[in-house]
Amino acid sequence: MADLSIEFAGIKAPNPFWLASAPPTDKAYNVVRAFEAGWGGVVWKTLGEDPAAVNVSSRYSAHYGANRVVQGINNIELITDRSLEINLREITQVKRDWPDRALIVSLMVPCEENAWKFILPLVEATGADGIELNFGCPHGMPERGMGAAVGQVPEYVEMVTRWCKAYCSLPVIVKLTPNITDIRQSARAAHRGGADAVSLINTINSITSVDLERMVAHPIVGDQSTHGGYCGSAVKPIALNMVAEIARDPATHGLPICGIGGIGSWRDAAEFIALGSGAVQVCTAAMLHGFRIVEDMKDGLARWMDQHGHRSLEAFRGQAVEHTTDWKYLDINYKSIAHIDPQTCIGCGRCHIACEDTSHQAIASTPAADGTHVYQVIEEECVGCNLCQITCPVQDCIEMVAQDTGKPYLNWTQDPRNPYREAS
Amino acid sequence: MTDPLNHLPRPQARADQLAERFSDLAPPLTARQAAVESARCLYCYDAPCINACPSEIDIPSFIHRISDENLQGAAQRILSANILGGSCARVCPTEILCQQACVRNNAQECAPVLIGQLQRYALDNAHFTEHPFRRSPATGKRIAVVGAGPAGLSCAHRLALHGHEVVVFEASDKPGGLNEYGIARYKLVDDYAQREVAFLLGIGGIEIRHGQRLGGNLSLASLREQYDAVFLGLGLNAVRALGLPDEHAPGLLPATHYIRELRQADDLSQLPLADRCLVIGAGNTAIDMAVQMSRLGARDVNLVYRRGHADMGATDHEQAIAKANQVRLHTWARPDTVLLNEAGQVRGMRFARTTLAEGRLSDTGETFELAADAIFKAIGQGFDDASLADPAAAQLAREGERIRVDAHMRTSLPGVYAGGDCTALGQDLTVQAVQHGKLAAEAIHAQLMTNVEAA
Ligand SMILES: Cc1cc2nc3c(=O)[nH]c(=O)nc-3n(C[C@H](O)[C@H](O)[C@H](O)COP(=O)(O)OP(=O)(O)OC[C@H]3O[C@@H](n4cnc5c(N)ncnc54)[C@H](O)[C@@H]3O)c2cc1C
Ligand SMILES: Cc1cc2nc3c(=O)[nH]c(=O)nc-3n(C[C@H](O)[C@H](O)[C@H](O)COP(=O)(O)O)c2cc1C
Ligand code: SF4
Repeated sequence: MADLSIEFAGIKAPNPFWLASAPPTDKAYNVVRAFEAGWGGVVWKTLGEDPAAVNVSSRYSAHYGANRVVQGINNIELITDRSLEINLREITQVKRDWPDRALIVSLMVPCEENAWKFILPLVEATGADGIELNFGCPHGMPERGMGAAVGQVPEYVEMVTRWCKAYCSLPVIVKLTPNITDIRQSARAAHRGGADAVSLINTINSITSVDLERMVAHPIVGDQSTHGGYCGSAVKPIALNMVAEIARDPATHGLPICGIGGIGSWRDAAEFIALGSGAVQVCTAAMLHGFRIVEDMKDGLARWMDQHGHRSLEAFRGQAVEHTTDWKYLDINYKSIAHIDPQTCIGCGRCHIACEDTSHQAIASTPAADGTHVYQVIEEECVGCNLCQITCPVQDCIEMVAQDTGKPYLNWTQDPRNPYREAS
Repeated sequence: MTDPLNHLPRPQARADQLAERFSDLAPPLTARQAAVESARCLYCYDAPCINACPSEIDIPSFIHRISDENLQGAAQRILSANILGGSCARVCPTEILCQQACVRNNAQECAPVLIGQLQRYALDNAHFTEHPFRRSPATGKRIAVVGAGPAGLSCAHRLALHGHEVVVFEASDKPGGLNEYGIARYKLVDDYAQREVAFLLGIGGIEIRHGQRLGGNLSLASLREQYDAVFLGLGLNAVRALGLPDEHAPGLLPATHYIRELRQADDLSQLPLADRCLVIGAGNTAIDMAVQMSRLGARDVNLVYRRGHADMGATDHEQAIAKANQVRLHTWARPDTVLLNEAGQVRGMRFARTTLAEGRLSDTGETFELAADAIFKAIGQGFDDASLADPAAAQLAREGERIRVDAHMRTSLPGVYAGGDCTALGQDLTVQAVQHGKLAAEAIHAQLMTNVEAA
């Protein structure tokens, strides 16, 4: 079987599956169970200054798909609500008992040099493998000038990172908030500050739903609510893009990335790695199913690597980055056309109405004698948008077939139709 | 074995038509069906289905892996608990095992997750290029396994996995036990039983010797002498008698004898077929027999049981299959007299009506007759004492007629273990036999290895 072990920003772990800083890594009890279940590492629930944070009751809410499948979770929890001393003691013990696993300590203290100068040596003394700076928490903590309030200002990110590098010899991972407009600005700032790696994403500002009888959003605290942070499967596309943006930014070239956001299967993890991540972190999937999911993730990833001849994660890490580019460099001459397999078509008509009403009227519906309809693509009209394939409930029924147009690669910067094209 | 029926005609249907009628009773899932069905699993924790599976397969995990498009991982999960997971997926009465326990199997939801079908899907589509398990370093220990049925094969595989050398002694020409010779043909089709054995042997370190019969050319004493441990997976090979005169008349035979021929026949149109037949019994074997006759083309198939529907060994699912195959079920009637024609062949049976009087089965005094060209008895298998005839074997403690074992599958003789149908533990099911074999192998391994440490 393929070797899943990694060395990420100088931190070794037997596999790339780490638990993100959150309830699953709240205390020794959880972390030990996670290590027993086979997780390669954990980022301990964010530590702060004493006195510890105090949480409200009723903390999470969810966005559901059909049949109560959880698409995403929203939470209004703060950082650790246990004292610094207890956390440090437990971290020390756990690291001693599990020397082969990665143990990273997440930190969030006020944006003052002394606060960092105080806490960093205490953390280093635990024997932990690294620190992660929580510049991402989008709720509660920013109101106190921490978390996303730091992460949203590149100058602060750079400054605090620099302090950490100065007062601590451990690898420093900067955890980025997605609640910004251009993730590259934050990553560049961390890089300038000397970060050994970045991790992303933290949660996204959200309100999942509203109780229409009580006229209050979820989660409800008394008769009020507040916005929280969104995570889980639904945020994966956003996280993947942000990872890719950093991976292909020349300014942060070579900066290790730890992918986080909506990872629940080996395939999700492989995708983050293909886009440049050297390790991944998981929170929501573990919160929904327990620690046992890591076994299925490790097994699936190793088998997929075997099938593709990848002996290590490095063998395919970042392979999808070079195929990710700016829109203007895409081949304007490339053309694909939908093809509906009549054998597997179940006649639901979804592709037809989607294309007819909202796209290019490229799927003909022909009534048959028995009252059903036959659906066929009008090739001249199809622009290859994929909408029909997306709405089709049958996997592999609609195939997007690449056409041989006989035309060479041409991108928008070269296209004669572009009034601002680059002179050739 | 079907000689007592030689005077009967052959089926009218062509061989290819018959082959079609004996194809998969439950056809395999397609990729899409498997995707939809696997997504229905709730991935329960401490899942009730695992508890209900005699071989303790981690069902939520393997289904999760199917959903994750990791079929080899799913297959490995199944096989690590049950090396005959492929045949179990086909023959297990899931309606009383895993699927019965599925949390979706309740009145508020439509149906349990189709666990058996998904298990088959994973194993059929894993396409391993090499055997998925590696043997531990050789221990130098040698173990004798008697019987190459599910119990013996499962035990042999687990022992080989732990690095032991295994010799399997088997009386029949082919391995597989009742998977090869007993299961209804439409449940385990084509040569699956043999292919599965070949896969299992792929681990290495297992030799099967055929034509070796304990109590015949093999004695327990010599096995104990020559091997570090012995496992007995003998099954139940004796046929129970109805206890009636004329029980050996042409036209009357044990259902298992007919099924054995039916499973081995290349051309089903050459089998003797009774146009009107009677099956005595109410277990799954009785149902299998009746349904198979019906599919061969019998016009009139009657199944007669001395008690009521609720007491039948056959599950509701099996009874429904019987009804769908035009089998008539008669209850509360007991065989009374075998009726013969002038040539001395079976022409029917007289039954005495029965009733429960103060908790005891008794005759009502009424009788009735059913015409039949053949009568099949399916009133349960018995333990074949001939296997334990030698002096060492005769010492084995019994529980009823079967071999007594403890929870670690140990018999009363040190170093001798037993499992499967020949023991009194658990149900007579393939999956139970597999579990017994596995547990015995673990116990043997633990025992032999502690001896090593102590030495
Ligand atoms: C007709 C029929 C239908 C069935 N259908 C189902 C079903 O649908 N689902 C299900 O779960 N279960 C079914 N069962 C039960 C299931 O087949 C058994 O529980 C299972 O095969 C038991 O496995 P075993 O290894 O204990 O015994 P067996 O499968 O009986 O194997 C015993 C092996 O030992 C060999 N042997 C016996 N004596 C000796 C000896 N003295 N020396 C050497 N070798 C010997 C035999 O030749 C045989 O190969 C059915 C049983 C019958 C009879
Ligand atoms: C209840 C909850 C609490 C969290 N607390 C923290 C925290 O203390 N520090 C932190 O850096 N991230 C925290 N996070 C964010 C997660 O670490 C992670 O970045 C996010 O959930 C995205 O990953 P996921 O989609 O796998 O859940 C929390 C998330 C949740 C759901
Ligand atoms: S999961 Fe349920 S029981 Fe556990 S703390 Fe939350 S609300 Fe309470």
